[in-house]
Amino acid sequence: MSISCGLLPVLNLDAGEHQYEMSEYEGAKARWCPGCGDHSVLTSVQRLLAAEQLIPDQTMFVSGIGCSSRFPHYLKTYGFHGLHGRALPVATGIKLHRPELNVFVVMGDGDCTSIGAGHWLHAMRYNMDMTVMMLDNGIYGLTKNQTSPTTPQGFKSNTQPKGSWLPPMNPIEIALGVTNASFVAQTAEWAPAHLYATLRAAYHHKGFSFVRILQRCPVFTPLIFQQAVQDPARITLMVHDDGVVAPELNNIYSSQVHHDPRDLAAARAMAEQTEKIHLGVFFKDPSKPRYEETRRVAPHTPAERVALLDKELDRYAV
Amino acid sequence: MSAASSSATAAPAPPKVLRVPEHTVEIVSDSGEGAQKCAQIFAAVSAKMGNGVWTVELIPAEIQPPPRVPEGASGNRVRLGEHAVTNWGDRTNLVIAFNEQVLLARHRLDALDDDAVLLVEDKWARDDDPEIVAAWNAAMKELSTRPYRIVPVAMEDECLTIVDNPKKGKNMFALGILARIYDRDMTRIKDQIAHSFRKKSEEVYAQNVSLLELGYHWAEDHIDFRVEIPTHAAEKPLVVMNGNEAIALGAIASGMELCAMYPITPATSVSHLLSEVFEKFGGMVHQAEDEIAACGVAIGASYAGKVAFTVTSGPGLALKTEFLGLAIMTEVPLVLVNVQRGGPSTGLPTKVEQSDLLAALFAATGDAPHIVLAPATIEECFHIMVTARRLAETFRTVVMVLTDANLATGVTPYPKPELDERWQAAPLDLAPVREGQKPYGWNTETGLTQRIIPGQPGGMHTLTGLSHDENSKVAYSSGIHQHSSAMRSRKLAVLQSLLTPPPVYGPAKGDLLIVGWGSTKGAIEEAVDRARAEGIKVSSTHLRFLSPMEPGIKKIFAGFKKVMTVEINYSDEIGDPYVTEENRRRGQLAFLLRASTLVDVDCWTRVPGEPLRPGSILEAIRGRTPRGGAA
Ligand SMILES: Cc1ncc(C[n+]2csc(CCOP(=O)(O)OP(=O)(O)O)c2C)c(N)n1
Ligand SMILES: [Mg+2]
Repeated sequence: MSISCGLLPVLNLDAGEHQYEMSEYEGAKARWCPGCGDHSVLTSVQRLLAAEQLIPDQTMFVSGIGCSSRFPHYLKTYGFHGLHGRALPVATGIKLHRPELNVFVVMGDGDCTSIGAGHWLHAMRYNMDMTVMMLDNGIYGLTKNQTSPTTPQGFKSNTQPKGSWLPPMNPIEIALGVTNASFVAQTAEWAPAHLYATLRAAYHHKGFSFVRILQRCPVFTPLIFQQAVQDPARITLMVHDDGVVAPELNNIYSSQVHHDPRDLAAARAMAEQTEKIHLGVFFKDPSKPRYEETRRVAPHTPAERVALLDKELDRYAV
Repeated sequence: MSAASSSATAAPAPPKVLRVPEHTVEIVSDSGEGAQKCAQIFAAVSAKMGNGVWTVELIPAEIQPPPRVPEGASGNRVRLGEHAVTNWGDRTNLVIAFNEQVLLARHRLDALDDDAVLLVEDKWARDDDPEIVAAWNAAMKELSTRPYRIVPVAMEDECLTIVDNPKKGKNMFALGILARIYDRDMTRIKDQIAHSFRKKSEEVYAQNVSLLELGYHWAEDHIDFRVEIPTHAAEKPLVVMNGNEAIALGAIASGMELCAMYPITPATSVSHLLSEVFEKFGGMVHQAEDEIAACGVAIGASYAGKVAFTVTSGPGLALKTEFLGLAIMTEVPLVLVNVQRGGPSTGLPTKVEQSDLLAALFAATGDAPHIVLAPATIEECFHIMVTARRLAETFRTVVMVLTDANLATGVTPYPKPELDERWQAAPLDLAPVREGQKPYGWNTETGLTQRIIPGQPGGMHTLTGLSHDENSKVAYSSGIHQHSSAMRSRKLAVLQSLLTPPPVYGPAKGDLLIVGWGSTKGAIEEAVDRARAEGIKVSSTHLRFLSPMEPGIKKIFAGFKKVMTVEINYSDEIGDPYVTEENRRRGQLAFLLRASTLVDVDCWTRVPGEPLRPGSILEAIRGRTPRGGAA
C-alpha cells in the first residue's frame, strides 16, 4: 500500500492487510478496437496499480475526450472523464484540494498537444505530483482520422488528404523546454516491459511525470511506427539506474545509451534526433518545487474561520 | 455662471447653511492624483458620523491616460443622505476638480446638476503654456452654457505655502475643503489619515494633516455656504465595503476554500482581497492560465471535496461555458460569480451592464439547467455566497451569481453580518459509501442525490460528461437520456417550490409594475417613491432568482395594468426604423418573463455605461403611465 503524498488525517485507510489482485482494478470491459495500443497501456497500468498496491478509492484517473480518454472507465478506481483537452485543469483542482490522492492523467495527442496545449505547458510548470500519460497515436482516433499535431508529415488523413502539410510537433522537445518541468519520458506500447518500467519510474517520481507513449491506431495509423516496430535498431534505449532499467530488453534493443536524466542538455540533444526513436527517461529532477506543496495551507475548523472572519469584518467597521 | 473668486477674501460673511436630506459630491482628477483617497476618507467619515453613503469610482478605461484629457477623468462620486443611500443618484451637487478637462468630462456626461458648485484648480488659467490657457478658456466657455457656480481655487499655490511638492497632498487640501463645507468630524478624518499613511511615516502623516487643515481654513475664509445633512447614529454595527469585497468575504463565510480565476475587470478585485487574506482561513486563490482552466480547476476541486468557486466577467464566462455544461451534466457543484460589464466582446470593461442574463442562463449548450442568482445590494453580495454554496451542494449543480460593475465598485455601509458556523461547508466526510449508494442515485421525485467523493471506500466510479445512467455508466439508450435530463431539470422545479414570491415594493395594485434584477434595485425604488409622490400608481418588484424564478410572479403581474422591466441592457424601441412588435428585441429579463408568464411585458432599458439614474427611471415611468390622478 502506498500513498503518493503525506497522509492527511481525513484519509480512510482500507484494512492494511488486504492484498489487491490485478483483477480488482478492472472496471468495465475495454471497448477499444482489437489491436489498439491503448489495451497494452491499460494492462501496464493495472499491473502498476497492483504492484504498488494503490488503494482503489484513493486513486484517481482523469482524462479528456478521445479513444484514449475512455481509459478511466476500464479501471475500478475513481475516474473523471471530462472535456476534450481539459483533463489537466480538472486534475490540478483535484490535487490542490486533495493532495493525498494518487492522481493519474490520460490524454490523447490531440487532447494534450492541440486543444489542451496551453494547459499542458502550465501543468508541467505547476509540477504537481501526478502521473501523466499522453497516448500518442499520431491521429485523431475517436473523430475518425483527422490530422493531429503529431501526425507525420505527408500522412494522408480526412482533413489533409494530400498529406499533412507541416512537420510534426515534437512533444518531448516542448516538454523539455518548459520551466520547472521535472520528469519527461518516452515509451512505446509495443514494448510492454519498457512501458511498464517507464510508468513505474513516472509513478515513483514526485512531481509532474510526463510520459509520451507511442501508440499505434490499428485503424488509422497502423504503420506510422512500423519501421521501429520491425527493426529494433531504429530505437535507442536511454538507460540509467535513475531512469528506466529493463534488463529483459537488452536482447531486443542493442542500441542503448547511458543517459543521466539530470542532464538536460543531453536530453534536449537526443530529443532533437528524429532518425532514431529514444525511449526512456529524458529528464528527471525531483528537486523542482511542487505547486500543491508550495500552496499548501493549514486547514481550519468552521469555528476558527468564523472567529477569524468576524475580526476581518471589523477592518471594514464603520 | 457666477464666479465666487478669491476676491471674496476680505471679510467673510457668515456662511449660508443649506439643510438638505441628501447631497452628492464628486472629486475628479487625472489618475494617480489621489482623488480616490480623498473621497474614500470623506465617505468613511461620513458613514461613521451617521450619514447614508454610496460611493462609486469613476474609472478611466486606461491605466495611465494622458494628463488633462476628459477621457482620463478619474475619481469618485459620493452620495450622502440622511438615511441609507441605495444608489449613486442623478447628478452631482458639488465637485472638486483638479483640472478643468476632467470637469468637462463630467459636464459632457451630464453628471452635474444645474446649480452644482464646481470648485476647480485654476492654476491652468495662468499656465505658461498658451495651449493650456486656451484649453482652460474653452472649457470655461463650454461650462458657461449651464448655470453652474464655478469657484476657482488656487489649490497648488495654497499648498505651496506649506509643502514643496503640491502635487502630492493636494487631495488632502481638497479633503479639508470638503470637511469644512460638510462640517465633518476632523478627529475622525485624522484617524483615517493615520490609518492610511502612518504606515509610511510619521512625517507623511503630519504633512497630510497640515494640508487638511490648510484646506479647512481656506474653505472657512472663502466658501460662503455650508451643507448640512442630518445624521442618525446606526443601531447596529456597520461594515462598509464594495460588492467585490462582499463577495470575497461572503465566500469565506460560506466555507469555500478555493477560488480559481483569471484576471478580468471588473471581477479581479475579488481575487485581490482573497489573495491577501484567504490563506489565513485555510483557503487559496489559484490564478489559472486562462478562464477555461480556472473553471476546470474549480470543478476538479469541487468534485474532490468542498465546493469551490470561480469568478469572472463576460468574456471569461464565454470561455467557461463548456466546463459549465460538464459540471451540470456530472452534477458537480460549482459556484461561478460573473461580475457583468458592458459587452459584447471586450465591450466596456470598467462599466456596468446587465447584458449577460441570457448568456448566464443559456450559454452552456444542450439542456443545462442550473441556478442563477442576482444580489441586489452590496450586503446581498456577501450573503448570497453562503446561499450559493449551499444550493450548489444541495442541488449538485452550477450556481451562477450575477453581479455587475455597479455593485463591484459601489461602496456602502451595511449591518455587520452575524456569522454562523452553519454557513460553513461541512468538513469532508469520507465514510464508506452506503450499501446500494449510487453515483447518481436520483430520487425520482426530486432528482436530488447525494454525491460520492474520491476517497470514499466502495464508491469508485467514473464520472463522465457523456450521457449516463444512475451508476454513471455511459448511456446507450434514449430512455436513459430522457430520464437523466428530467432528473437534472426537476431539481430546479424543486428549488422553486421552496422559494417565496418576491415582495412588491408599494401597493399590490396599480397602473404600472416595474420589474428589476440585480444592482438597479435602489435606483428603481427611489424612482418609484418619487413617481408615487407625483400621484403615479406604480410599484416595483425585484428578482433575486433568475433560474428558477421566484414563484407567484404571474399572480403579482395580474394586479397591474402594465408590467415593464427596467434593465441595464440593450433593447429596441418601438418606433425605431424597422422595429415592430414582432421583431423587437427586448430587455433580457423581459424576454424571460414574457416566455414564462405569457404576459405582454414591456421594457425600458439603457446602456449608458454608468448606473441607471433614478431620475431617468422616473421619466420612463412618467412616459408609461397616465399622469396626474393623485391616489
Ligand atoms: C471541444 C471539442 N472539440 C472537438 C471535439 C471532438 N473530438 C473528440 S476526440 C477528438 C480528438 C481525439 O484525438 P486524440 O486526442 O488524439 O485522442 P484519440 O482518439 O486519438 O485517442 C476530437 C477532435 C470535442 N469532443 N470537443
Ligand atoms: Mg490520437
